[in-house]
Amino acid sequence: MNHQRRTFLKSTSAAGAIAAAVAAGLLKPTQVLAADWNKSAFTADKAAAALTNYGISSPSRSKDVLLNAPDIAENGAVVPVTITSNIPNTEMAFLVVADNPNPMAASFTFANGAEGFISTRVKMAKTSYVKAYIKANGKYYFAEKQVKVTIGGCGG
Amino acid sequence: MRARLVGDYADVKVLMSHPMTTGRRKDRKTGKLIPAHFITNIDATLNEKPVLTVECNQSISKNPFFGFKVKGAKAGDKVTIGWLDNKGEKDSITGAVS
Repeated sequence: MNHQRRTFLKSTSAAGAIAAAVAAGLLKPTQVLAADWNKSAFTADKAAAALTNYGISSPSRSKDVLLNAPDIAENGAVVPVTITSNIPNTEMAFLVVADNPNPMAASFTFANGAEGFISTRVKMAKTSYVKAYIKANGKYYFAEKQVKVTIGGCGG
Repeated sequence: MRARLVGDYADVKVLMSHPMTTGRRKDRKTGKLIPAHFITNIDATLNEKPVLTVECNQSISKNPFFGFKVKGAKAGDKVTIGWLDNKGEKDSITGAVS
């Protein structure tokens, strides 16, 4: 028997089934979500590369960017972080954990009255600087804070 | 999800049930890596208008929590929050500002 032919038939029929499902609307991409995901930024293993991939250039340190995080995190798996931007026309916020395997943790785009504020919880592999970048009026600003981690939390 | 009216803005807090695995930890029993499974996108709308768009990776803690504020919200306004993960799974929740 021609095995290659068998494999070929199997794989094409499977692909055909998926195409049919898509055509039928079964596997339609989610309607709520735009589903853009900056893969190069989120998989970069250096913070600098992640920032470049998001187009964040020459950010300036600003007192109007407030980053709230604990001095010491007893559990690196759950570190509460709050970013508040008092810069007018804040469009986006970026959360970076400098020494995590993939430093870029999240980006937030605000619209239609959403204030430049976000509160979340991140994992930290080890003691590291946490950085908040803000995009406003086409410029970038940042604040940073070192968080000491007693038990790393990048498992899970 | 809870959306509370504070003055003229809605204070929205949402908790999602998701493992948020990194793909770096091994299963203790089998010794095999537990595949990465994490939320990549979150969209929040107020009365169908987008207010917050999030892109994230496995650095967000298990059972992700997000808090945000929307100015100009009124009691009864509809808040919808949806998420999508790296396996294509998705879910959404709708509530009202109160």
